[in-house]
Amino acid sequence: MPDKPRLTREQIAQRAALELPSGAYVNLGWGIPNLIADYLPKNVEVYFHSENGILGMGRRARPGEEDYDLVDAMKVPVTLIPGASFFHQADAHLMTRGGHLDVAVLGGFQVSEKGDLANWKIPGAKGSGGIGGAMDIAAGAKKLIVCMEHTTKEGAPKVVRQCTYPLTGLACVDTIVTDLAVIDVKPEGLLLREIAPGWSIDELQNLTGAPLTSPGRAPEIKFV
Amino acid sequence: MFGGFGGAGFPNNLIQALAAKGTKDITAISNNCGTRDGELGVMFKNGQVRHVIASFPGPHSNYFQEQLAAKKVTLELVPQGILCERMRAAAAGLCAFYTTVGVGTEVAAGKDERVIDGKRCILEMPIHADYALIKAEAADELGNLTYRLAARNFNPIMAMAATTTIVEVEEIVPVGAIKPEHVVTPAIFVHRIVQAKGVRYAG
Repeated sequence: MPDKPRLTREQIAQRAALELPSGAYVNLGWGIPNLIADYLPKNVEVYFHSENGILGMGRRARPGEEDYDLVDAMKVPVTLIPGASFFHQADAHLMTRGGHLDVAVLGGFQVSEKGDLANWKIPGAKGSGGIGGAMDIAAGAKKLIVCMEHTTKEGAPKVVRQCTYPLTGLACVDTIVTDLAVIDVKPEGLLLREIAPGWSIDELQNLTGAPLTSPGRAPEIKFV
Repeated sequence: MFGGFGGAGFPNNLIQALAAKGTKDITAISNNCGTRDGELGVMFKNGQVRHVIASFPGPHSNYFQEQLAAKKVTLELVPQGILCERMRAAAAGLCAFYTTVGVGTEVAAGKDERVIDGKRCILEMPIHADYALIKAEAADELGNLTYRLAARNFNPIMAMAATTTIVEVEEIVPVGAIKPEHVVTPAIFVHRIVQAKGVRYAG
């Protein structure tokens, strides 16, 4: 693998934050997506949804401010913004499944060129694994963004022709933001929108398990 | 059925009482499988559970994971929103429903599949329970319930999907003390009320 700088997890989150339009209702999954709230551009206001029944979730609670009846999907104490609401878990997932959320951002183990997502279980891993809300969110979000590293720790592509890990959903991913690229999943295949600074399309393609197309020279990843 | 999510809204006193009673061969329907000893953890530690229907057993459900590895407990993993809807279907007297959630994944195995409105869907069956153990903030003496913040989560759904619903509350108030428009779970779904100070397990 070329030994060139890649985006950090924080930078992946920062880039993905630019995909959220002002006024959107948004669900952020575990992992890198959970960092996105810290990187919203100043002029963008979105309403965060939590699968345990919160709309209008605010920043994380500061020390001394924690209320353990007010936690996000990762059990972290959070705050509310004005206009927030509570509802039960069935309505929370009615929102995810029923196409009521504008954008959902999930982590991923693999995304296929058709937009299939695998993000809940690593084959051979110890223990039961857990699905949580991922399958409901994948099935119903109007726009689904996946944030992940471009390759595994061993260097294997995570953007692939066909997922080999247990699936979360079929043809559900719209955009992939990795530490090397921003890629849109289109009916005709994977469209490279932006590439990490210093990387060539050939180098990126070598680390990608499915063909990328790009209209000419892909611009460098932008953060603002 | 056991309410609660993310450390909030678990009927921890009722779970402790069930652990002390020693009831065995339980089918546990819950989002999680405990946080070490806490929440449902103690039930697995005691070997009281035979089968689990859950969406996310959780990273600290070590007693459950040990029992699962030892094949002393079996598991059906269900997508979280579908877990809710299967309970709601039972509550609502519906026989089953079709959904796009889980199509093409492990959870579709063995389930009837058909195309509706151009979309592949799988058939999901209701989940009914003999007992629901839930947590609310306050109950009036009839059993009308209110919940605190995000401790609501699965509790109102489970309350509706069991033959007998037992609620643990911080406070029991006189009939009429909860404004009708503030009632979240109407009393028709509540069969026993236990007043107990809430317990939270860290982690």
